[in-house]
Amino acid sequence: MTDAQTKPYRGPLPRPTPETKPFWDGAKQHKLMLPWCKACGRAHFFPRNCCPHCFAFDLEWRQASGRGKLHTYVINHKPARGFEDKVPYVIAVVELEEGPRMMSNLVMDETPTPDKLPIDMDLEVCFDDVTAEITLPKFRIAGARS
Amino acid sequence: MSSLSRKVAIVGAAETNQLGKLPHLSRMGLHAEAIRNALDDAGLTLKDVDGVFSTVAGPNEISEYLNITPRYVDGTGVGGCSYMVFVRHAVAAIAAGYCDVALIVHGESGRSWIDMEAAGTPASPQGQFEAPYGAAGAPTVFSIPVLRHFHQFGTTKRQMSHVPAATREWALLNPKAIMHDAGSITPEDVEASPVVCHPFNRLDCCLVADGGGALVLTSAERARDMRRKPVYVLGSGEGTAHRQVAMMRDFTVSDSSVLSGRQAFAEAKITPADVDHLMFYDAFSFTPMMFLEDLGFVKRGESGPFVAQTTKDASGKTIYHTGPGGSLPMNTNGGGLSYCHTGRYGMFALLEAVYQLRGECGARQVKDIELSLVHGPGRHFAAAGTVVLTNV
Repeated sequence: MTDAQTKPYRGPLPRPTPETKPFWDGAKQHKLMLPWCKACGRAHFFPRNCCPHCFAFDLEWRQASGRGKLHTYVINHKPARGFEDKVPYVIAVVELEEGPRMMSNLVMDETPTPDKLPIDMDLEVCFDDVTAEITLPKFRIAGARS
Repeated sequence: MSSLSRKVAIVGAAETNQLGKLPHLSRMGLHAEAIRNALDDAGLTLKDVDGVFSTVAGPNEISEYLNITPRYVDGTGVGGCSYMVFVRHAVAAIAAGYCDVALIVHGESGRSWIDMEAAGTPASPQGQFEAPYGAAGAPTVFSIPVLRHFHQFGTTKRQMSHVPAATREWALLNPKAIMHDAGSITPEDVEASPVVCHPFNRLDCCLVADGGGALVLTSAERARDMRRKPVYVLGSGEGTAHRQVAMMRDFTVSDSSVLSGRQAFAEAKITPADVDHLMFYDAFSFTPMMFLEDLGFVKRGESGPFVAQTTKDASGKTIYHTGPGGSLPMNTNGGGLSYCHTGRYGMFALLEAVYQLRGECGARQVKDIELSLVHGPGRHFAAAGTVVLTNV
C-alpha cells in the first residue's frame, strides 16, 4: 500500500509496550485485535493491562470484525511531520462494531471533502504497512476498493 | 471543614513586559520577568514568597533560577487550565497554613520555542494511538469533537464563526492585544481565511506567541493591608477525564468541565445568572461554545444559536452577544484568538479577570462588575479548571 521499500517512512511511529504488543503484532498480520475483559465481557481501546470499565486484570485478545462507523473527524490541511505528501488527510474517530472508539486515518482515493463524509457512515479496516516492523490499522469507506 | 470561599485573595497580577515574538527571552527568562512584575504589582519581594506553583518550568527549576527555597510546591501539569487548578490548590495551601504567599507563574516560549520540549514519547498511549495518524498540534485535536456537535445539534460553521468576530472586537479595545490594530473581522472573513484543519480556518485558531504572567495570592486577612484592591477567590473547581482526545466519552460534552464547573458554582454559591464577566479559554472558536453548555450558561446544543445572536447599535455597527455592548461580556482581553496565546493560556484568562475586577481595563472595562468566572480546558477537553472571583 505504501512504497516503504523505496521511500523511508517519515511519520511518527508507535513504540509498542508490553501491554500493547498483541495489538501491533496483530496489525502486522492485518488483524485488528482488541482486548476483552473476562470479568465484565466488554472490549476496550486503547489496550491496557486492566479493564477501564471494571478494573479487572483478566483480559483476552480477540480479533475485531473491522467494521465501524465514522463517529467524528477532521480534514487536516497543515501536515504533521511525515504527512507532507498526504494533505489534506482525514483524521477520524471510528466507533468499532464492538463498542470502543479509536483514532485512525480514513484512506480515500479522492481528495476528502465534508460532503463525501457524512457522520456515522460505514467504514471498514484496512492496513498500511508503513515500515517492516509497523503496520497502522486505517479505515476506508465500506465497500470501497483500497 | 469550613468553607474556603473568600478566604484567599489575589493581590498581585502581571504579564511579562511584552507579549508576542520575544526571541530575547527563554522559557525560564519569561517566568522570571513575569514574577518580578507580579511581585512589583503586589508590593512584595521574592523573600515574601513561600509557595511556588508552576508547570512549564517545574517548581525545582523556579527555585533554582531565582535562588529561593519555597516550603510549598505544586507542579501540576494538566495543560492550559493548570493555572486555574493552581489557584484552587493555592487557596487550600494558604488556608491550611502550608504557605502564606503563593506565587503562580506561567512562561512559555510558544512562538520562538527557546528551551521548550515536545510532549510525549512514541511509547505513550498518545504516541502509539494518535500521533501515527498525523494528529499533531492543537488544531488537529481541539477540532475533533466539532463535527460531532454539528451533527448532533445542527450547529453550523457560520454560528461558530461569530466567536472570533466577537472576540476581535474586544482586542480592538485592548492596547496589549496582539491584534489590537488588526481591525474588525466578520464571520464571513473567518470562513474566507485559509483552511487549517476542517472545520477550523486560520481565524478559528488562537495566536501563537511568547509571553508569561504571574499571580500572587495570600490570605484575605493579609490582603486587606496590601497595595492592590484584593480580588477574592469565591469558588473553584477542577477535574480530569482522559488524555487523548479520541477517548472523550461523548464528543459533545467535556466531562471534566462539567465536574469542575459544578464544584466552583457550589463553593461560590452562585448560578450562571450571577456572573457579570466570563473568561472562557478560547484556544479555538469552538472551545468556549463547549463551555457555555458544560457550565450551564446555555442548554446542551444551544451554544451555536447563542453566540450567533447579534444586534445593531444606533450607528448600524454589529453588536455580538458576547462582545462589547453585548449581554454577556466574554474574553474581554481579546482572548487566545486575538490577544495572546502562548500554549497554556489559562494564566492570561485569570489576569484579565483580575484586571476587570480591579477596574483597570479602560475602554474595555465591564461596568458594575462584581463577579467574574474563569474556566479553561487542559489538553483539548481532557482536564478542566474553574475559578470564580469577586471584588466585594
